[in-house]
Amino acid sequence: MESLTFEYQGGRPLASAPPATLVGVVSSGNLEVLVEPTDLGGACRIEVLTAAVGFGAIWQAVLDDFFDRHRIADVRISINDVGATPAVVSLRLDQALEALTGGQP
Amino acid sequence: MRHSYYEDSARERLLGLLDEGSFREILPPTERVVSPHLRQLDTPAAFDDGIIVGKGTLDGHSVLVAAQEGGFMGGAVGEVHGAKLTGLLERALDERPAAVLLLVESGGVRLHEANAGLIAVSEVMRAVLAVRAAGVPVIVLNGGQYGCFGGMGIVSRLCDAIVMSEEGRLGLSGPEVIETTHGVEEFDSRDRALVWRTVGGKHRYLLGEATVLVDDDLAAFRAAALSLIGSTPDLGLEAMEAEHARLGERLRRFGDCRDALDVWERLGIAEPERLPILDTETFLATVSDKRA
Repeated sequence: MESLTFEYQGGRPLASAPPATLVGVVSSGNLEVLVEPTDLGGACRIEVLTAAVGFGAIWQAVLDDFFDRHRIADVRISINDVGATPAVVSLRLDQALEALTGGQP
Repeated sequence: MRHSYYEDSARERLLGLLDEGSFREILPPTERVVSPHLRQLDTPAAFDDGIIVGKGTLDGHSVLVAAQEGGFMGGAVGEVHGAKLTGLLERALDERPAAVLLLVESGGVRLHEANAGLIAVSEVMRAVLAVRAAGVPVIVLNGGQYGCFGGMGIVSRLCDAIVMSEEGRLGLSGPEVIETTHGVEEFDSRDRALVWRTVGGKHRYLLGEATVLVDDDLAAFRAAALSLIGSTPDLGLEAMEAEHARLGERLRRFGDCRDALDVWERLGIAEPERLPILDTETFLATVSDKRA
């Protein structure tokens, strides 16, 4: 198991502070994503706990893309992963943000 | 349009079952009350340990609800998972809701947690009986992808009523366990027709174990749960002895059957081999006076 933390600066705060949201399930090839609006001094922090060791560079690329798409601030994202592919991770992250904001940017 | 109970995650099922916006979760994922054992085994934990518990309303009736997520470790009961379920049931003794609803989906004890999981299941059993004795109905809903086996199969049969869909499965040893321990000649767990006619909802309904059989439809599960809320079964000694006698008679009648088809034939059902392909409505009409 590997623990990875990523932090992004320069995003915009959410229009409102919705309640935390969880999507996905911790099962093989899948992951759960917990999104919590919280004061991080303008940062977006993503904490990953993954069963697949040695994929830090791929996580970095997938999460860089995610942050480029959404540019959010003061949001803590926690991931429990059991070997989801990069495409599944991207879709789950987008789903989590849509569930959090109800589709509003 | 139907909304499949089978395809939903536990969280989706629970939210879809209750009155919209009424659910209040106890120990939500943000509390991060995760399994202390899985981390030691270098295995990812889930923030809710595979079970969602809380309170809400069902058509205005106050209910306590638990939903197991079969996708996480097969819905298996670990220490935290079991404690959340036991805690919810014990809360029912204080709050006296109209019912406790258990949306089961579990392979039983989480073997990674060994004795802690076994003890947790026994605590759940004791709590179910205490809640029933207090006059609060405990209603099981079973229609998930992973079925309900092992300790949770026993827990289900300790409750007041079971609502199942054809897709739901209920048993003690699951198909893979039987095949592993007794060989493929005894039970071929890949034979889906065999699996469903042995542990699936239709057979459980015919044997009298499932109280109600519904379509794989969230609204149908909701309606069935609602219809059972007012029921308070007789838990007196005479009723218990009658139930034991009924079970003994059932064993005498069907104990030598090698296949569910034999049971159905003995129940007096013509062309028993067609039962698996009937839709729920036709099935219920066909077997209405034939249940064990």
